[in-house]
Amino acid sequence: MDLILDGIRMAWHLLVTLDKEVLAVTLLSLKVSGLATLISLVIGVIGGTAIALADFPGKRLMVSVVNTSMGLPPVVVGLFVTIMLWRNGPLSRWEILYTPTAMVIAQTIIAAPIVMGISIAAIQNLPPDLRLQILALGASRRQMVWLLVREARLPLMAGIMAGFGGVISEVGASIMVGGNIKGYTRVLTTATVMETGKGNFDTAIALGVILLALCFAVNYLLTRVQQRERPR
Amino acid sequence: MNGDTVILEARDLVVRRGGAEVLSVPEFTLHERESVALIGPNGAGKSTMLLSLATLLQPSAGDILFHGSRVQASGGDTSYRRRIAMVFQEPLLFDTTVFDNVASGLKIRGVPRDEIRKRVGECLERFHIDHLADRSARRISGGEVQRTSLARAFATRPEVVFLDEPFIALDPPTRHALMVDLAQVLRDSGSSAIIATHDQMEALRLADRMMVMQGGRVVQSGTTAEVTAHPVNAFAASFVGMENVLTGSVVSSAGGMLTLDVAGRTMEIVGSGSPGERVVLCTHPEHVVVTTVDPHHRTSARNVFPGTVTRIVPLGAVHKVYLDCGFPLVASVTAHSLAELGMVPGSRVFASFKATSVHLYRKG
Repeated sequence: MDLILDGIRMAWHLLVTLDKEVLAVTLLSLKVSGLATLISLVIGVIGGTAIALADFPGKRLMVSVVNTSMGLPPVVVGLFVTIMLWRNGPLSRWEILYTPTAMVIAQTIIAAPIVMGISIAAIQNLPPDLRLQILALGASRRQMVWLLVREARLPLMAGIMAGFGGVISEVGASIMVGGNIKGYTRVLTTATVMETGKGNFDTAIALGVILLALCFAVNYLLTRVQQRERPR
Repeated sequence: MNGDTVILEARDLVVRRGGAEVLSVPEFTLHERESVALIGPNGAGKSTMLLSLATLLQPSAGDILFHGSRVQASGGDTSYRRRIAMVFQEPLLFDTTVFDNVASGLKIRGVPRDEIRKRVGECLERFHIDHLADRSARRISGGEVQRTSLARAFATRPEVVFLDEPFIALDPPTRHALMVDLAQVLRDSGSSAIIATHDQMEALRLADRMMVMQGGRVVQSGTTAEVTAHPVNAFAASFVGMENVLTGSVVSSAGGMLTLDVAGRTMEIVGSGSPGERVVLCTHPEHVVVTTVDPHHRTSARNVFPGTVTRIVPLGAVHKVYLDCGFPLVASVTAHSLAELGMVPGSRVFASFKATSVHLYRKG
């Protein structure tokens, strides 16, 4: 119990004193996971909406693949991205292994299917005749898609939150493709793993608390956006 | 109410689904300021016809002409769809305020904000929902939802409004109130309307012309007065309020008068036919007179039958009295008469109707 209290106390201290290393790690976490979520948002919402609205052979199979990918193990993604970026891998010429860019790629691969899967479900869950109703209001196809996405904004925001939650808390892929390099690719999760390994539980708990606070802050902001325009 | 200019036209409209023809309408015209009711049971093709005419459904064949010009089917022609409006059975409102819902069609058309405010305000007032403007569309009653849906349709000032059974999910008082308002808005707006319904009263109240549909085909088309007074067959009769539909056979024919056998009872009807011929007889409940004493010597009606009251259904000022006269018969009796005659289920009564009040159709 003392260990936990010490950890919380230390977290508070690190935050209040604006510890440079912790701040850098926190900011990088936010930057990498935020960027990965943003890219996943574009890929996931556009792809998910397209899959949900289009009729094509193999649609069910594709939806199943997306749904399965929602649970991709980060270590498997990390392994795959590492192999692709390895010095004799197919994408070796990019020379981005052990960089924040590689971490963004790996986290995007984890988050995009989550956002896409929830987007497909959100759009498919709208009343089937809503498309006809929107067209009957005089909408063009593009306006119809935009209005459908707007109508499904609550579950779509939930998808974004789930995607962000998935990547901010993952450690396997980040440590594999980022390498946990101090001051360069070290993020909150990899730093926590490292500090735990070294037996520095108070620092590890402090980092964990900061991670939780960060998750809460981001999700609170997203929830505010989600609920903002709901009339009473 | 209607003008002479044809606003919407369909030629040889055919819709097939899974190889089966679900709609076949060789010709349809809608005039300026005219309201046409498509009346028929579920599966008659009313909604399919509305969706086809609104170009929200790709017909298998046929042309749709708006002001004489061909329109592209399957929702591709926004210029046409922006001059019409459609209200569905299930009013699908957006998850926003009532105001924004009514404004949605105008926003899609890029109407300036001030104009939107003005037109939405007008429509909210016309449908008596101005007090709900800022309320969430998810938190209003069924009647208010349908009012919002209608206001949304009329806010765009459409030339043609397609109404697909808009009152089907509403309770009778709400339905009646909304029908009154809609009739007024239709009159004031100058929009033409096509109304799919299976309710004769809706058709009579809102439409100038009536098209009776069955199995994807138009069985009869004419003014509401024509169709109601002279349905072309038993099916049309059953849909225009002739609740008494009986089958019988011709016994004899003389001087324009037929003697018929219906369930072992003899009836005399104006018409022509050959002995042995199977016929269908239809009459409105309003044409059946019910008395508690034998009216043989007091009435000019040729057909008088003793019977028993089986059921009485109150419908406001008028009650539907169901009789068993050896064959089923329905009569409309005012609440006052019912009280005066002291009729209750089980009462022995006499039902009579005139030889001229029955419509006769050849069977088959």
